Amino acid sequence: MSATPIIKISNLHVHHGERTLLNRINLEIPRNKITVILGPSGCGKTTLLKSLNRLTDLHKELKLQGKIFIDGEDILQVKEDLTRVRQKMGLLSQRPFPLPMSIYKNVAFGLKINGVKDKALVEETVTRHLREVGLWDEVKDRLHAPAARLSIGQQQRLCLARGLAVGPEIILADEPTSALDPVSSRKIEQKFLELKEHYTVIVVTHILRQAKRLADHVIFMYFGEVIEQGPPEQLFESPRTDILKEYLQVGH
Amino acid sequence: MMNRETQKKIEEQCFRWLMRLAVLVILAVIVLVLTVVVLKGGRAMSWQMITRVPQGGFYLGGEGGILNAIIGSLYVAGGAVLLAILIGLPLVLGMHVSWTRNTRLVTFLRFLLDTLWGIPSIVYGAFGFALMTFFQWRASLLAAIVTVALLIVPIISRGLDEVLRGVPEGLLEAAHALGATKTEIAYRVFFRQALPGFITAVLLAFGRAIGDTASVLFTAGYTDNLPHALSDPAATLPLAIFFQLSSPIASVQERAYAATLILTGLIVLISLITRISSRRLKENIL
Amino acid sequence: MGKWISVTRKWTDSLSQSWMIFCLSVLLLLPLVIGLGLIVRSMPVLKAYSLSALLFSSAWSPMEGAFGFWPFIIGSLYVTLLSVVISAPVSLLAAIYLTQYASGKWMRGVYLVIDVLAGIPSVVYGVWGVIVLVPLCGDFLAPLFHIHSSGYCLLAGALVLAVMCIPYMLNMLIEVLRAIPVELKEASLALGATYWDTIKKVLLRRGASGIIASLGLGVSKALGETIAVLMVVGNVAQIPRHVFDSAYPLPALIANNFGEMMSVPLYDGALMLAALILFVIIICFNGLANLLIVKAHRE
Repeated sequence: MSATPIIKISNLHVHHGERTLLNRINLEIPRNKITVILGPSGCGKTTLLKSLNRLTDLHKELKLQGKIFIDGEDILQVKEDLTRVRQKMGLLSQRPFPLPMSIYKNVAFGLKINGVKDKALVEETVTRHLREVGLWDEVKDRLHAPAARLSIGQQQRLCLARGLAVGPEIILADEPTSALDPVSSRKIEQKFLELKEHYTVIVVTHILRQAKRLADHVIFMYFGEVIEQGPPEQLFESPRTDILKEYLQVGH
Repeated sequence: MMNRETQKKIEEQCFRWLMRLAVLVILAVIVLVLTVVVLKGGRAMSWQMITRVPQGGFYLGGEGGILNAIIGSLYVAGGAVLLAILIGLPLVLGMHVSWTRNTRLVTFLRFLLDTLWGIPSIVYGAFGFALMTFFQWRASLLAAIVTVALLIVPIISRGLDEVLRGVPEGLLEAAHALGATKTEIAYRVFFRQALPGFITAVLLAFGRAIGDTASVLFTAGYTDNLPHALSDPAATLPLAIFFQLSSPIASVQERAYAATLILTGLIVLISLITRISSRRLKENIL
Repeated sequence: MGKWISVTRKWTDSLSQSWMIFCLSVLLLLPLVIGLGLIVRSMPVLKAYSLSALLFSSAWSPMEGAFGFWPFIIGSLYVTLLSVVISAPVSLLAAIYLTQYASGKWMRGVYLVIDVLAGIPSVVYGVWGVIVLVPLCGDFLAPLFHIHSSGYCLLAGALVLAVMCIPYMLNMLIEVLRAIPVELKEASLALGATYWDTIKKVLLRRGASGIIASLGLGVSKALGETIAVLMVVGNVAQIPRHVFDSAYPLPALIANNFGEMMSVPLYDGALMLAALILFVIIICFNGLANLLIVKAHRE
């Protein structure tokens, strides 16, 4: 790996009261590649993802220890302006959560809160990102209709466009196709493959086939620990640990 | 002798008739109440009643109307609703956006709101009077607005809280992930999401504020004129009804019925607006 | 430009969060301030007489400094109990019918009715009571029992309260009954019980705490209701001997006498004490009812 990793996690521990959700996590996320975090349900992959943009702060019971470096900055130490850190990343959740406004305003939201008043600039940005996620042709005639009227697949792509409009470097995707039909799922996967040219993509999934389709780098987790990490050929074709071998055989 | 089965069947049938009767009684009551109000009120109604203030000798059967009470009630209710929104809206948004980490606080606040909701308006009225003597206000628009606001803060807050409880947690996370501040999330996302429910709660509270007697009884005073300043006393519809009904003069009593019709009409109008607007808003936002 | 925007955002955020905390403090302090305010204003009377003398004496003549609250407490209790005796069965029966037997149309219609009834102000019910209930009691029902009554009586007060409480009770009871999972009914029917048996033995038992809570809230609403009752109940400071006798509930006492209270010594303190008693009773009642509801939801 020639370029420096964009994210470096050092000895991350996450506790929920007595329970340990993440234990001694050490890993690096490469720039401009799709990293897949793979593992069975409950292994902590969503918690790991949410630590990256400190959404874990929303839950008082979660205690984080360790260091998470994004572009060289330890975000766990950031006290004052968390919004700046969060805007480096865009989040795609398991279910789409469109904001209660029109399609246009959803995508423009990130710009509006940052005080961008220039109408032409906002329009250009909204159009660009809607095209980027392949939604433009489907919504260009109804930009001011409520976003909730779109189909789930379209909503999820809208949420992607909304996240991209903030201008992040990293895309965090938490099982982004789990609520979608196969066609919409493929569209999202296709977009990720296109987006990695300009963004770093981190996808959490428990679907082995999806991981195989997308990954440039794989992190396999089990019960809150990183079991193996590396290039997909290495993990999928010659797994070193028994846990991963068994997981690959079960196939889901 | 009848066997158990038949006994049970008869019991069930008896109760089924009683239950139907209960439902019919309830329906009959509303018909009865509205009919009486409309009939009695309609007879004494006139254009004068809603367009003029009491002229000399009004209380002895003379000329004029109750415009003073209509305007006074609208001022009191409007002011109280504004004040209640000023306190209640940020409170409930705080419960759902800013203080979500502190579940004990949020639960306690809900309990507190429920308790305040259950306090009868006469207690608020007595407290309002205590406030008046403490701050040395006279019976005025200001005292009435503050007292009625206290009465309706729980109504608006509870209504808004109910709506916000239905919002999925993922929306909060998605908004945070976009790098919005808590204030932006509260007002630009959550408030918009809850807007139809919020408007319903506000209209409901407005209806309560117009019609409640005990909270304005000690605090609003009464006057034949329209109030022009916060320190002026204000006539209110419920008190207009109350005072006119206790008059020994029959024609003044009749006017009380007309005033009742006006008040009921206002409330029904607000109810209708609530239903229509909530349906329309829901279509647009969601 | 970017720096300035982010400073504005932070500043707006801080200001707005501070206001939210202010509103929070207002709400947290409010019940305390109300209670304290009423206590402070009742102090003069509490210092002059012992609490038990005030609560349990029947002598009420403020001009002579006699403040016995007993007739008013009893008046409140009687009119509330009587109204619940009337409204509870009607509400419960209607709720069972609507949730278990009737079609959806009826339910929607009844919700409309409940909404309208609940929105009608107290004074309108009072006027209606004077026009309809007072003659009903005085000219029609009382003579049936060979009693002479003006019609301004306990029964009229109880009837108007019943009419006012039914929408609230019915609304809550419907919610309670609808919250009971359908599987429970299905299990009972599958075991061979009849529909009616299922309702009696399963539904009502399961919903018992919710039902009691609903009735409790109806009681507390009836206790606090002022104007409608005041207009039909007669307002005579006595212990009513029968339902066609006049009574004088606590809220009516407070409302009726505010005009004179400043001119007679200790009168305002006494009325504030009445408000305080009402405040305490209702808070305790509501607290208990709410706990029952929480318990019902947990099941």
